Amino acid sequence: MGNVVQRQTRGALRFEVCGNMAGLELLSDQGYRLDGRKASELRKVQARMGVFAQADGSAYLEQGNTKALAVVYGPHEVRGLRSRIRHDRAVINCQYSMATFSTAERKRRPHGDRKSTEMSLHLKQTFEAAVMTQLYPRSQIDIYVKILQSDGGNYSVCVNAATLAVIDAGIPMRDYVCACTVGFVDETPLTDLCHAEESGGVSSLALALLPRGGQIALLQMDARLHQDHLESLIEAAMTACKGVSKVLDEVVRQHLQEVSVLSGE
Amino acid sequence: MAADMRLPTIQKPLSLSVSDFDRKDLVVPGDVITSDTGFMRGHGTYVDEDKLTASVAGEVQRVDKLICVRPLKTRFNGEVGDVVVGRITEVQQKRWKVETNSRLDSVLLLSSVNLPGGELRRRSAEDELTMREYLQEGDLISAEVQSVFTDGALSLHTRSLKYGKLGQGVLVQLSPSLIKRQKTHFHNLPCGASIILGNNGFVWLYPTPEQQDEEAGGFYTSLEPVGLSDREVISRLRNCLLALAAHKVLLFDTSVLYCYESSVHHQVKDILKPEVMEEIVMLTQQKLLDQEG
Repeated sequence: MGNVVQRQTRGALRFEVCGNMAGLELLSDQGYRLDGRKASELRKVQARMGVFAQADGSAYLEQGNTKALAVVYGPHEVRGLRSRIRHDRAVINCQYSMATFSTAERKRRPHGDRKSTEMSLHLKQTFEAAVMTQLYPRSQIDIYVKILQSDGGNYSVCVNAATLAVIDAGIPMRDYVCACTVGFVDETPLTDLCHAEESGGVSSLALALLPRGGQIALLQMDARLHQDHLESLIEAAMTACKGVSKVLDEVVRQHLQEVSVLSGE
Repeated sequence: MAADMRLPTIQKPLSLSVSDFDRKDLVVPGDVITSDTGFMRGHGTYVDEDKLTASVAGEVQRVDKLICVRPLKTRFNGEVGDVVVGRITEVQQKRWKVETNSRLDSVLLLSSVNLPGGELRRRSAEDELTMREYLQEGDLISAEVQSVFTDGALSLHTRSLKYGKLGQGVLVQLSPSLIKRQKTHFHNLPCGASIILGNNGFVWLYPTPEQQDEEAGGFYTSLEPVGLSDREVISRLRNCLLALAAHKVLLFDTSVLYCYESSVHHQVKDILKPEVMEEIVMLTQQKLLDQEG
């Protein structure tokens, strides 16, 4: 009995130590990743704005196989806890949730667990950095994001979708907020990790950026990484975010033109 | 029960001409509008390192030295004199809070409503206690914007017999930018119903009252059953409004009426089908153009 346990532990150890080489080859010798991308290649981003008529702003965004739906209500009067009212700015309220069918294993709680509470908090911080909340004193802006299909980079896809929804709602922002996750394998930064890469024991970093000014809205990393590599990783993340912002920019301009042609201007 | 089934329709991509793609007056957040410091900063813009930058996605409007960016879609920005339709959310001391689709709830002061008994009636402490008898949470009212507070909240008044509590009818919530500003927003349509086009995008459809005697100062609501024909007219008008809104046609009495006339060949429930909607709206636009030209 004891023998078996020991073997299992040893197996796990071995996997952790050489996970990048033996278990799954995340970056081939030719420089290709599991899904055939190059190291600095993003997944395909597709988006649509104004998907709901009822909400003030809404957007749907796909990044590879990760799909998210973002809805914005507001600015409106603060409902619920009156103590949250700020007399100099608007309060941003975020809620992150995952559809029960979004992961390989069915989720029991779509929202309200530890992970999604943390994610909601991160989203809130990100958007407080970008939205000009001081223009709407004593009001509240609700941002609801739902992951419909989860394949890695949930945080960044949520941020990108929510940015489009906020723009759709006509809420003033300093700039787009674009986010991207970056991992570090074989001395190379991998941009926009998919689920297989994220779970392959890569130390990854999530970064939200205001691309025009180059300000960082949020930087999150909970794995170990040598200090020397941090700079190059952040550099790669910033390049990726700028790539995302170009795609979002195109989506917004296209939407703008379509709507203004419809309203006959 | 017969179910109505249709195949999915392919949405036609809008044919954008080359000139549309190069429109310089459409900006997105973060776009620099001008680096000339001689301009004044309006709504939807901010100054970043001496450059005037857009903060919303929309169209640039320039009035002399003032530059604004008007977003495509936004909450209602009230101005003095606007007609609004709203819903009471809260009864407080001496005031009601009204939800009017603006960024803060509007205020209706007890002193700015007409209470039964005429203009000169004093508002006593007793009136404050019986406020809920006039208007309670969930009631719909029509009102006019009296003033705008510094934080953007609106103060309303109902000091005219045309304003007050709304009785039986249908509320349609649309975008405020679709309502055309006009001299009057109350219309008795010849098709047999009346309409209040609130500037805040809330539209109220109701059967035309037979006689205008409102001794209760706008707080009397009739609970008489509404006839089937009236209800049909109202439902048709509602679907027409939704059709016009889906195609971004400006709403005013003539456009609503033309749309109603164009829809009479169809059943009320069919109006919301995309192809019927398109046909009706096309006819309406044609009529509007004919009338103009």
